[in-house]
Amino acid sequence: MSKTESSTQGYEGGLSAGSADVAQFAPERRTIVKSIQHALHVNPALIPLFILSLSVAGFGIILGDRFFSPFSLTLILQQVAIVGVVAAAQTLVILTKGIDLSVGAIMVLSSVVMGQFTFRYGFPPELAILCGFAVGALCGLINGVLVAVVKLPPFIVTLGMWQIVLASNFLYSRNETIRSQDIQADAPLLQFFGQSLRFGGAVLTFGVIAMVILVAVLTYVLNNTAWGRHVYAVGDDADAAQLAGVRVKRTLISVYVLSGLICALAGWVLIGRIGSVSPTAGQFTNIESITAVVIGGISLFGGRGSILGALFGALIVGVFGLGLRLMGTDPQWTYLMIGVLIIAAVALDQWIRRVST
Amino acid sequence: MSEFILEAKGLVKRFGRVVALDSADFELKAGEILAVIGDNGAGKSTLIKSLSGAMIPDEGEVLLNGERVMFSSPMAARAAGIETVYQNLALSPALSIADNMFMGREIRKQGFMGRVFRTLDKKTMDKLARDKLSELGLMTIQNIRQPVETLSGGQRQGVAVARAAAFGSRVVILDEPTAALGVKESRKVLDLILGLRERGLPVVLISHNMPHVFEVADRIHIHRLGRRAALINPGDYSMSDAVAIMTGAMTAHAVAA
Repeated sequence: MSKTESSTQGYEGGLSAGSADVAQFAPERRTIVKSIQHALHVNPALIPLFILSLSVAGFGIILGDRFFSPFSLTLILQQVAIVGVVAAAQTLVILTKGIDLSVGAIMVLSSVVMGQFTFRYGFPPELAILCGFAVGALCGLINGVLVAVVKLPPFIVTLGMWQIVLASNFLYSRNETIRSQDIQADAPLLQFFGQSLRFGGAVLTFGVIAMVILVAVLTYVLNNTAWGRHVYAVGDDADAAQLAGVRVKRTLISVYVLSGLICALAGWVLIGRIGSVSPTAGQFTNIESITAVVIGGISLFGGRGSILGALFGALIVGVFGLGLRLMGTDPQWTYLMIGVLIIAAVALDQWIRRVST
Repeated sequence: MSEFILEAKGLVKRFGRVVALDSADFELKAGEILAVIGDNGAGKSTLIKSLSGAMIPDEGEVLLNGERVMFSSPMAARAAGIETVYQNLALSPALSIADNMFMGREIRKQGFMGRVFRTLDKKTMDKLARDKLSELGLMTIQNIRQPVETLSGGQRQGVAVARAAAFGSRVVILDEPTAALGVKESRKVLDLILGLRERGLPVVLISHNMPHVFEVADRIHIHRLGRRAALINPGDYSMSDAVAIMTGAMTAHAVAA
């Protein structure tokens, strides 16, 4: 024993002499580009945050008070609340190297279940809302099992589920809309997220607050729990994660189920936003959520990005939408700008990936 | 108590009509570096996977410290103290060194935050990771939170070995640790392997590189056609002899213990 000890000590003694000068060369060698790359690596939400601040400042200068007022700025938040919530779900899935094309459909189906269970079957709204969440979770579970256990590509699974869920939504709802007045009279809880707090001109709906809380909670979970680290590891390299001791299947299924639950939350927020329960609402939420995620610097190749980035991505789209509308330009300019941002964001992601080795 | 820390008897593994392991034996003594060499397709990987729990053999038994064990997964083998460094290293490139070292066995904070909110104890994990790396002479890595993909091949190998050394209480298995490395980096990794032995950990080293094998190994297990063709002392045989046994051009007459 004593022999091992002394030899170990000798071994370490040699090291302490060597380590000192190696530790020095790193800061000198790091160029500006390298440190930017490193900063983006560690915090990929920096770029969308930068673009967001720049665009807010830009429109503020051009449009003045019309844009830079508490009312307009909080209007943007209200407009992106639903996309923001769905983008959080989308982010989780994309972090695992997947994609969820069924988010919009799950959202609408959940909202329809919440509405129809209350009005068709006379469920108390609390219970109907729970049923809506259960339906969202079930859709997510089906996605997750097909992806993780049956090992089908996420794109195909969720493309199929998109059609299935959307069709179920129309079949089940018989394409009928539940009117806002009826909900207000009989089940105001369904419109919970439409309520708002006002501070002067600023209007914060509960939907906006829900989005912010959701983003904060998910940011914490992804960064500070083992499950969060596993989500990144699975997206980064699923085989490596498996060998390192991550239960990949469980992680994947839990991600899709959570995504379904968040979509159900988005469905509830949707009722608050539009007032009624409509099976045709939120047609573009799918593609808008993916847009927000990509502009938010989350890599479609998995393992990189943050929920905060997705929120910034959604806000960037919202800022451009409102800003360009206030300027009186053709709305097509908004789409053109978004297209440019998407391609730029992916190009940037590729650059970050091509790191120094 | 058995003489061998890890032992396998009569392992058989078939893939369809291909017999990858044909009643293979394996013995690892305490505190030694045992090299496993063999031509491509000889069944080295299958043998190692059977020992590390990545594959379940059809027949035969594996004994750890003389006790029969049955690993159903790499996790089970790891829980028993057998750590494996795979050729692809099983690291997540975008995650930090500390994240990688504790992947799958993260440490949670004490008390309320850890119990209720499952908060990770990043401080402790960073500290343990740094301690482990410096213990193994890998202080060239300055920032424990830097992503693994910013490291060189040798440094990555170092992180993987450090992870195995940190958690492997009984055996460390290294699969081709120097295959993708340059001369200098290989040297570093060989030093790491010798360091593991110095700390009393037995090492199983799978390698194609004869000079490396002959330099560090105490004994060499030569695998051929799904079974152990010979177990030799590197002092008694030359490298070309070993290659001859490996390819079947020669048989080992005396199996030195």
